[in-house]
Amino acid sequence: MNGEILLQTLLSGILIGLVYALVAVGLSVIYGVMEIVNFAHGEFLMLGMYSSFWLFALFALDPLATLPLTLLLLFGLGALVYRFTIKRIVNAPMLSQIFVTFGLMILFRGGAQFFWKPDFRTVENSLVSGNVVINGLYFGIPHIVAALGAVVATGAVWWFINRTRLGAALEATAQDKEAAQLMGIPSHWIFALAWGLGAACAGVAGVLLSTFFPIFPEVGANFCLIAFVVVALGGFGNVTGALWAGIIVGVVEVLGGFWIGPEYKLAIVLTLFLAVILVRPQGLMGRAE
Amino acid sequence: MMTKKRNSLIVVGAALALVLPFIVSNPAHQNYLILVLMFAQIGVAWNILGGYVGQVSLGHVAFFGIGAYTSTALLISVGLSPWIGMLIGGIVAAVFGVMIGWICFRFKGHYFTMATIAVAEIIQVLFTNWEGVGGAVGLYVPMDRQGWGVMVFNSKLPYYYIALGLLCVTLLGNWAIEKSFLGYYFRAIKDEPEAARSLGVSLTAYKLVAIAISSFFTAMGGSFYAQKELFIDPGSVLVTSLSVKMSLVTILGGVGSLFGPLVGSTLLTGIEEATRQFFGGSGMGIDLIIYASIIIIVAIYYPAGVLGWIKHLLRRDAKTEGGA
Repeated sequence: MNGEILLQTLLSGILIGLVYALVAVGLSVIYGVMEIVNFAHGEFLMLGMYSSFWLFALFALDPLATLPLTLLLLFGLGALVYRFTIKRIVNAPMLSQIFVTFGLMILFRGGAQFFWKPDFRTVENSLVSGNVVINGLYFGIPHIVAALGAVVATGAVWWFINRTRLGAALEATAQDKEAAQLMGIPSHWIFALAWGLGAACAGVAGVLLSTFFPIFPEVGANFCLIAFVVVALGGFGNVTGALWAGIIVGVVEVLGGFWIGPEYKLAIVLTLFLAVILVRPQGLMGRAE
Repeated sequence: MMTKKRNSLIVVGAALALVLPFIVSNPAHQNYLILVLMFAQIGVAWNILGGYVGQVSLGHVAFFGIGAYTSTALLISVGLSPWIGMLIGGIVAAVFGVMIGWICFRFKGHYFTMATIAVAEIIQVLFTNWEGVGGAVGLYVPMDRQGWGVMVFNSKLPYYYIALGLLCVTLLGNWAIEKSFLGYYFRAIKDEPEAARSLGVSLTAYKLVAIAISSFFTAMGGSFYAQKELFIDPGSVLVTSLSVKMSLVTILGGVGSLFGPLVGSTLLTGIEEATRQFFGGSGMGIDLIIYASIIIIVAIYYPAGVLGWIKHLLRRDAKTEGGA
């Protein structure tokens, strides 16, 4: 096989892997704080994409310019979802928790189908488009911008959790809800914050993807599965672990697609994931309990 | 007192079930009854793992699909009767279930659920690209022969009774488990895993028993579906939405109860049919919105399902009577 093509494939895997990492960080923050897996996570990404698309289609605003707006919208949505549904099932049986977020997933998809039709949509000719050639290797500019944006966003989340007082409160609640409550940290506000933050991560990833990825109501499904794999590989609630795991998943996906066939991409990633948990149930980067 | 009431209810219900297709003669309505029985049957099968042991699988469609594909492929290639194909499909699914369980039971709670979805997605991709079983096009059940031997019929009536028979067999299996030591172990694993472990109950071993039984019965439902529809493809027998439906009928009716899935299936299939009547086919999204709202409301406000809610009301009535 041609070395240049291999290198090209590898690098494109890394680029998309960084976006996967950002989606996974959102999932991880929510799970880390309250041990609830958000099955509707892919739908936050989908809504981020649609927000980007409509602002572009209706007001000719570029996705990059509207990114902060979408971030705020999704943050608000995440917090609202917590306030009106998740808050009621924080201490409910696991079955209720699973089915509430699963129900939200179907609700958002149904809503998207109802309001925006099940068609494929694309953002054409945004500020970031075209290709760039570096040392004879071709890269889509949207892919590079998306990867860079994802790294910045992931870094911001890391900074927020590790370097700010609010982040410390989040971490404290994640470790011991009752003790944190006794220290005057209101759990319900922290949970709402985690949901806002989680949804915002997925939403930002959605905006970054919208410049080169088709937009449709079910677009979130595969991203949610991949994010789950990344979180499991990177170790639960571990931001830097998610970054590395995202890159690994991105590379495995493109190489598998290249060697075995693109139709098997998702199956390869999921098989890798099953193989890893067979050997290391705590994930590649996670520490044993 | 309660058991007597329950037993007489069961007898009346069974008698009604036997004569129902003679009262309801419209084929479309008969089809609805068959769907109710079929989803009740796979709901009961799902309940064994998801309800009794508390391992919420949303990948059960893989077992359903394996059942459908095994019996259909055997019927097409060697002309094997679907009755035997159904059993072989069940066994294949049970073996597969144990293999999957061995990996996925390393996960607890929510992540187990996610892992089962991952497994089902892998199976869907593999079958979609496996030309030997029709790939994305799917398989047609040959219709050159008809009758009980090949389980192909022109009328709905025989399918109704097969679905009813399957449901009874699955209910009996579930009832036998409930009454045996397995039932106690399963509940112990769900409610008090640490206590069960300290008493020497191997959690993983009994979870594997549960997934084997559960996937066996789910696969039988898949074989029946193939014979009823006479056509299967990955889009119909390997989609996650089917996993959701089999768990949802159980949750709606009452998790971990024998007849919960039957109650849930009657309601949910009815709601689905009504939605289709009022809002047209799928694709509009309204059916999904209604479906999702039911899931969310039941999960938040009625986690014990309809049967749990009725029991709660009965108990309250009994208390007021006793007090007066």
